[in-house]
Amino acid sequence: MQALVIVAHGSHLNPDSSTPTYRHADTVRETGAFDEVVTGFWKEEPHFREVLRTVESDEVYVVPLFISEGYFTEEVIPRELRVDDDVGLDDPDPGWEPRRGAPEDVDKSVHYCGPVGTHDAMSDVIVQRAESVTGDTDVGDGFGLTVVGHGTERNENSAKAIEYHADRIRERGRFDEVKALFMDEDPEVDDVTDFFESDDVVVVPLFIADGYHTQEDIPEDMGLTDDYRKGWETPGEVDGHHIWYSGAVGTEDLMADVVLERAAEAGADVGDAIETVRELTGGVRPPADD
Amino acid sequence: MQPEQVDRLREAADAGVSFDGLDVERGDDGYRFAVPGDERTGLDADGFRAAAADAAGYVTNWCFWNETAPSYDARRSFLRWLESADERAVPDRYESLTDGVVRHWGELELTATLGDDGHRTYDLRHETDGGRPVADLDAFEDPLEARELVTYDEKGRYRPLKTAPTLRTGWVFPGLSARELTETVGHVYPATVENWHREREGDLDVSHWRETAERQTGIYDIVDELDREAVERIAATCCVDSQCLKRREWEYDEGTEVDVDGGDGEFPCREPCSLVVAAARKWTTLEREETHTYEFELTPSEKEQVEEIIDTVADGRTDDVREADVYEGANRYRARYLREKLFGDEGNLAGVPTED
Ligand code: SF4
Repeated sequence: MQALVIVAHGSHLNPDSSTPTYRHADTVRETGAFDEVVTGFWKEEPHFREVLRTVESDEVYVVPLFISEGYFTEEVIPRELRVDDDVGLDDPDPGWEPRRGAPEDVDKSVHYCGPVGTHDAMSDVIVQRAESVTGDTDVGDGFGLTVVGHGTERNENSAKAIEYHADRIRERGRFDEVKALFMDEDPEVDDVTDFFESDDVVVVPLFIADGYHTQEDIPEDMGLTDDYRKGWETPGEVDGHHIWYSGAVGTEDLMADVVLERAAEAGADVGDAIETVRELTGGVRPPADD
Repeated sequence: MQPEQVDRLREAADAGVSFDGLDVERGDDGYRFAVPGDERTGLDADGFRAAAADAAGYVTNWCFWNETAPSYDARRSFLRWLESADERAVPDRYESLTDGVVRHWGELELTATLGDDGHRTYDLRHETDGGRPVADLDAFEDPLEARELVTYDEKGRYRPLKTAPTLRTGWVFPGLSARELTETVGHVYPATVENWHREREGDLDVSHWRETAERQTGIYDIVDELDREAVERIAATCCVDSQCLKRREWEYDEGTEVDVDGGDGEFPCREPCSLVVAAARKWTTLEREETHTYEFELTPSEKEQVEEIIDTVADGRTDDVREADVYEGANRYRARYLREKLFGDEGNLAGVPTED
């Protein structure tokens, strides 16, 4: 038997934090590719410490629903799953190889997969998020796109992931302009309109779940609203530009595809589940030369 | 009992069956079929069928546990515990199961009922709703729907601790299969079945306070500064039955117990949870402060009112204080009056500034 365990941050304060994790787990569950699909959290239950014992399977694929390699994927999750000696890494440079571990508390084989955020398929999810927020499956022409994240101060690797996906999407030439912007360093999302000539700009934050960064800080920083509690228009007018603000990319249904890709890469037998999920979630295929 | 069930048992006799009082095997002189008080040997297929017909409960019981019940040992022993399978013989058990056997798990009431051919169905609801007709409750089928139900309390507030005694009432999963039951319990109280099972097997991997605190890194790295008295206070604050239904099994360290009562919960708590660790971080920084001597003038009633306010907040009773009940110290008007009287323009108690 093989199980998929999706691990995510979760929250003690925000009930919506775990919603995307549950939804993507449900999508994968529907494909039947795994005998069991469960979720585990840092701040919710089951905790990372106890999630492995909730599955019966011997082969367990653990996919971190995190944006980048770093403190959580290299230190916290391996330690809490009790596989740190096997899979912890000292040098969290992007370039992920799946790793195997034998946890101390349960008799199982853990296949520790890369985080979703740095997988190539994440670029497709960002594009799909742009389609969702504009309601246009051909969006691109006449549009700018920005991928937004924390700056390097918070997490150096998350900034790298943001630039990586922005570069990839730019190379495809689908959008007129593509930029990576940050919350606490230059180029800053506060000045979003300064960076674009296009009238229409899609803003996609590279976050797993909606929370105060994506639902309060970023909309206010961009000038989309002066008070997040009042909400904002989509598109909203800022300095003569139409800002299409999408909210966290992690809430896009196609994220389930990236989860599967990560598990497959680590050796999970997922059959045709990747295709099924792309169909279920309206996933875009990357261009042939990508 | 279906004829196919008997056939499957007879096929299994080749390898031998010994389960819940039923013993079946195949020898050179035919089948042996034995239940307590009735042993038959040298049976042919017809004789086997006749014996099975006289012990139908044993046969369908074997079918259920062998073919329908989950294979995972923790879930299995939980389901067996529900119907006291290890303590009660099949006929006795079947008699109670016909009317429904009730067990409690945290705030949940679980009822196992016998259907046809040994099948069990399970009803899961809040214990407060015990005995209410299903038609009076919101009924759910899909275990996954439990996730949403347990996210908010009765007042619509987020429940960050799944084992807090704050489950909403008014809902029911009336017709769950064995698999669905354990799955639903897993959504309501994650990993409790697994840890309870480990404990019963003598295999609960408790991680005590010090061990857990020393393991922390990042912003939680500091929690190992807390002394034993502070850990006692944390256990009394967070882990008592009024706040959490898990039975605290972790202590200060292997050799040093926490004196506070761990609670009477059915399922154990094997290490300080993330909520406690996060709160401990705040307490660690608060405990670093030195005390100061402040001088305030309060009337005896004002002092008592301050105590009443703290009690009311700590016991989560603020919403129970009626709007016009000015006899309660934690009444809003009473608190506002006290603030008017005691706080200066800067919001300082009795005008005395806070010293750093
Ligand atoms: S540490 Fe255990 S007993 Fe205490 S609140 Fe957390 S889960 Fe409950």
